[in-house]
Amino acid sequence: MYGNDFEQPGAATLLDEVEAAEQALRAAAERRVAAARGGAGDAGDAEAELQEYFDAVVAADQKIEPRDWMPEAYRRTLVRQIAQHAHSEIIGMQPEGNWISRAPSLKRKAILLAKVQDEAGHGLYLYAAAETLGIDRAELVGLLLTGRQKYSSIFNYPTLTWADVGAIGWLVDGAAIVNQVPLCRCSYGPYARAMIRICKEESFHQRQGYEILYTLAHGTPEQKAMAQDAVDRWWYPSLAMFGPPDTASTHSEQSMAWKIKRFSNDDLRQRFVDMCVPQAQVLDLSIPDPDLRWNDERGAYDYTQPDYDELFRVIRGDGPCNRQRMAHRRRADADGAWVREAAAAYAAKHAARPAEVAA
Amino acid sequence: MSGQSEPGGWPLWEVFVRPRRGLSHSHVGSVHAPDAALALRNARDVFTRRQEGVSIWVVPATAITASSPDEKDAFFDPAADKVYRHPTFYEVPEGVAHL
Repeated sequence: MYGNDFEQPGAATLLDEVEAAEQALRAAAERRVAAARGGAGDAGDAEAELQEYFDAVVAADQKIEPRDWMPEAYRRTLVRQIAQHAHSEIIGMQPEGNWISRAPSLKRKAILLAKVQDEAGHGLYLYAAAETLGIDRAELVGLLLTGRQKYSSIFNYPTLTWADVGAIGWLVDGAAIVNQVPLCRCSYGPYARAMIRICKEESFHQRQGYEILYTLAHGTPEQKAMAQDAVDRWWYPSLAMFGPPDTASTHSEQSMAWKIKRFSNDDLRQRFVDMCVPQAQVLDLSIPDPDLRWNDERGAYDYTQPDYDELFRVIRGDGPCNRQRMAHRRRADADGAWVREAAAAYAAKHAARPAEVAA
Repeated sequence: MSGQSEPGGWPLWEVFVRPRRGLSHSHVGSVHAPDAALALRNARDVFTRRQEGVSIWVVPATAITASSPDEKDAFFDPAADKVYRHPTFYEVPEGVAHL
């Protein structure tokens, strides 16, 4: 029996939410923007008029598209967020890539290969979305390689056993989906469209992880212990993926106003916890939180917050694998340089001889 | 459209995919590639891993000429006041069929 044969409140509704976001995107495009064009005053006030139109488009839940006028800070925020997201997908290939050669069966290996390939694809969709804002991918990759832009801190944790591949799929990809589903409604068109694509594919990732854990948890006592150990290690870092608590989050308010972000960090974290508890029960694994209990009044689970000092330490570069991840990425980039150069030289040579190409 | 080519790197190609026979190609995103043949292969790997297409076009991003968003009102204005181009403009007398 497979993990995805079970009643999974989380996964099913998340896919539905992506579907709903896609429909909302089409519906919003049909609506007219209720902007009072020219209401901003004289021709001298052109910028105010542009701002007014931008605000009206966002207010109408329509999308801002690449060549539209947008506030410079909106552009900067999007470039930073989309790039960090893209970098996370690229670095995110490493923890799982670590297990491709040691997957327990050919089937598991094929699935894991497909999943890691998807992460590369997600990185590329996102770099492409960032490029529509007028920045080069090469520049963004440079910012990652020189450590001037970050990636998600979760990928600085090691994958010690095969069960970690399951825990990453279930918890890390699960948390990513909860974070990302609202981004399918982001006000910037190319980002929203990339996120719809990504969320649909992530759903497979989450289910394959759940299935790995379910299989282990219902195997030998040693296998079950391995699954529990993985959940114990990945639970709090996964909770930390939602970022600092709302009281300490620096970017939130403006991003909410621009409809880049739709829910606060703490709201999303709560949604994730409420989703995971019943899923853990089906797995017959426990969540490593003695204070986790249902709160009737709030209609949600009370839970222990992750260690935010640890989160900030890992973001600053002192996680278990920060140096290893960056060294690996730099090496891969350097090792691939000759391929990129050779392909460019080949293209230049043939571009100089068009007649031969046509023949 | 998206940005220009990377300085000294691979140029940018816009990608259009026909999801299945009977539908037209739609824009899905962009890839970097040194030439058209590799642009097609990259586009296949990035955009059709789940059989999302039966045909792909790649176009150098620099070859696309786009209307300017700044003049979109003036540019599309000639169509705005011609409601008679839509069939719903006309009143059809009671009882007339096949019209």
